[in-house]
Amino acid sequence: MRWILVGIMVAATVASDLLQSYEMKRAGEHSVSARGLVRLLGTIVQRRYLILAIVCMAVSFFSFMALVQAEPLSFAVPASAASFIFETLLAKLVLREHVGVRRAAGALIVLCGVVLVGE
Amino acid sequence: MTVTEQQRQLAPVLRAYAVLALFIALKAVGNLSLAWGMKHFPQVMSASPLPYLHAMLDPFVALGIVALILALLTRMALFSLADLSFVLPVTAVGYIIAAFLGKTFLHETVTAQRWTGTLLIVVGAALVGSGAHKTELEIE
Repeated sequence: MRWILVGIMVAATVASDLLQSYEMKRAGEHSVSARGLVRLLGTIVQRRYLILAIVCMAVSFFSFMALVQAEPLSFAVPASAASFIFETLLAKLVLREHVGVRRAAGALIVLCGVVLVGE
Repeated sequence: MTVTEQQRQLAPVLRAYAVLALFIALKAVGNLSLAWGMKHFPQVMSASPLPYLHAMLDPFVALGIVALILALLTRMALFSLADLSFVLPVTAVGYIIAAFLGKTFLHETVTAQRWTGTLLIVVGAALVGSGAHKTELEIE
């Protein structure tokens, strides 16, 4: 059950991050000032992928709630880092970003860490 | 350079570190409070959304959610003060803090293997983060 919850949490996080990244790149630059945040809210309402990203974020959070209820915090939080692996992979495949050797090596090291944490 | 000029130059750096410390603290408190509340919540979570909504009424769970939302907003503010290549590696220390809090306050058994795994995750996350600022869209 622990890996099912980790899987749902990571899949939802990755989907949320990818949707946010894809849609925010199309929406253009936003500042973090009060005016920028108001504009950001407007962008969220107008762009359906951003709404979907928020739904995915909620699914990820509910999975995390269920995970910390059943599993140790010292497992749940580090295991959530598995999203780095899939985000790196999908950033290359879906968003067509350049993934350098350092970033790819980092994702592989995270994978080793998650395996060790889970055993 | 006068003392006033030095202070003026240091101010943004100090502000970034203060926001960074606030983010790490909020994330740690949020995770711990949420875990504490969920572990003491009598109802087991299922596919139905009702137990989750019910759990949110628990004071520890509610405190955890508020702290994690504030952490999210603080992280956004941090991105306006510092580069992603600085923020991601430094905030990865949160994985170690979570393991430490689990061991100390929730009396979890953290084996040497789990510590090693957590350290690898921190190193890996730091490497992923330090390479992230160089990403560019490939032109087809």
